[in-house]
Amino acid sequence: MKTLRKIWKWFDDRTGTTEAINPLADHLVPPDANWLYVFGSATLFCFILQVVTGLALAFLYQPSTGTAYESLKYITYQAHFGHFLRGIHYFGASAMILLVGIHMIRVYLMAAFKYPREMSWISGSILLVLTVTMGFTGQLLRWDSNGVWSAIVGAEQAGRIPFLGKAVARIFLGGETITGLTVSRFFSIHVFLIPAMLFALIGLHLYLVIRNGISEPPKTGKKVEPANYRKWYQDMLRDKGVPFWPDAGWRDLAFGVLVIFVIVILSLVVGAPEIGKPPDPSDIYANPRPDWYFMWIFALFALMPREIESVAIAFSPVILGIVLILLPLLNNKGERSPLRRPWAIAIVTIIVTMVASFWYIGQKSPWSPAFQTKPLSQEVIGNVSTNATNGGDLFYKKACIYCHAVSGYGGKRGPDLTYVGSRLTSEQITIKIVNGGGNMPSFGASLTGKDLNDLTAFLLTRKK
Amino acid sequence: MKNDLNMDSRRSFIIKLLGIFGGIVTIIISIPVIGVFLEPLARKKPETWRSVGNIDKFKTGETVLVDFPNSSSLPWTGTVSKTASWLRRVSDTQFIAFSVHCTHLGCPVHWLPDAEIFLCPCHGGVFNKDGSYAAGPPPKNLSQYPVRIEKNEVQILASPIPITTL
Repeated sequence: MKTLRKIWKWFDDRTGTTEAINPLADHLVPPDANWLYVFGSATLFCFILQVVTGLALAFLYQPSTGTAYESLKYITYQAHFGHFLRGIHYFGASAMILLVGIHMIRVYLMAAFKYPREMSWISGSILLVLTVTMGFTGQLLRWDSNGVWSAIVGAEQAGRIPFLGKAVARIFLGGETITGLTVSRFFSIHVFLIPAMLFALIGLHLYLVIRNGISEPPKTGKKVEPANYRKWYQDMLRDKGVPFWPDAGWRDLAFGVLVIFVIVILSLVVGAPEIGKPPDPSDIYANPRPDWYFMWIFALFALMPREIESVAIAFSPVILGIVLILLPLLNNKGERSPLRRPWAIAIVTIIVTMVASFWYIGQKSPWSPAFQTKPLSQEVIGNVSTNATNGGDLFYKKACIYCHAVSGYGGKRGPDLTYVGSRLTSEQITIKIVNGGGNMPSFGASLTGKDLNDLTAFLLTRKK
Repeated sequence: MKNDLNMDSRRSFIIKLLGIFGGIVTIIISIPVIGVFLEPLARKKPETWRSVGNIDKFKTGETVLVDFPNSSSLPWTGTVSKTASWLRRVSDTQFIAFSVHCTHLGCPVHWLPDAEIFLCPCHGGVFNKDGSYAAGPPPKNLSQYPVRIEKNEVQILASPIPITTL
């Protein structure tokens, strides 16, 4: 014990470890920092977890277009701890995105981005973009059928950028098609480029916390005045401040440990996401779906009016970026309390409700054709005329069933037709089938007169 | 005094010189590093004719899925170098090769022969049998690849993935 202490003393003297860390641990923070202040540090804990588990996964992963999939199967089914590591990395990523979101909402509601912490907000916004990019590239590196198609979907989105679209899509894919260079490109971006940027920006983000101090919880009526804020803050700390460690830091540690504990439990109980079919772009019977954190964007793409969509894909990221950067610059003084900033509460409520609703409907994706549906059974068709029975068969053959349900069988893209016979007349049904409209194509050209009559006859039998 | 001034200007001259050299070295290193990142732009547009089968294999009026190696495959690409096309024989001599990529966001469209439509699994885009837009979110018609018949073999020009631009 004595020897160990001696060694530590020598090491500390030569390196100045205590000298460097103590001022950080002891620096004074506002006394009333509370449990709402733990989300940023928890995100940092998750980031460290991602670096560590990512490092371990990189020992096993083969970053090559041709072999990545096989190595992922190896990691999942054969390598010791591989499945567990993938689970932690997946849930760690999920937690990181969730926590970044909550941290950002907290900072916005408490207006902690106002003077002198504008750069904390701006660097945080860039960190948000980088974190989300990590999520996307990480999903691609799973490199199953879903990964390949996600790469193509990503390239198509990049394609909407004005003028540069095609070039950006090409740089993104590493060529004009999925090529031998695609996976190594994503790997390099996911493992070297963005993590390097993350390290630098997290460094800045943390340095700013030390330089400008943790924002004190807002008090209604207490306005931020740039001219004398710093002096007021220093005086407040001198009078009432408490050392960061352990008075405030213990909460960060406690919550961070809890988050990591939950991640570990989830990876043991739920496990890493299943690996899909092999990455074969000629196997078109794929059903590309994003990971949960992009599900709301996936839904947005299905539900946005067609006329504005390309423009929205191209410009909404730019507008969002400008808004995020301008927010603390144009709005850096005055009231901080959310009670005096009702618009802030409204904006957060609207955004959270919107994302949650799109996410919910994305999970169900009613716009996706129900390709797996079987032909209608005789039981469903019922005891009807020969023509109507034939119509019931056509309802499947002519693909109506992929978008319309009858008695619970079929897709949800179009209206449920279980009781259409009580709603529409024969003419109305015929006109709709022939002309289509909205999200329904016209079937006039692909149906014979008899088919059309039979189909209509069948639909007319669907009555309450 | 005069000496000091000389020292100062000599020092600032050397620092400027070092700055210039440092800058040049930085640029020399940056060119290949950034170059590799942007290299896909400089590569020649890959296009290769690929045979997808004897002409007799395809019936007039039918649309079938054919697959072939894409135009930029590298030795280690494996199955990922495969790509597909919906090939429609319009008449004895005329073929159309549709890209399988929905023009909305690139997902693979399914051909439904009885209903004579292409249907996209992602967001429900629909195209007619001639590839024209029918319904749903896609902003334009299905893309086509050039097709030719060489010594009774149907050949498709394997080309870049069509990217829908603004």
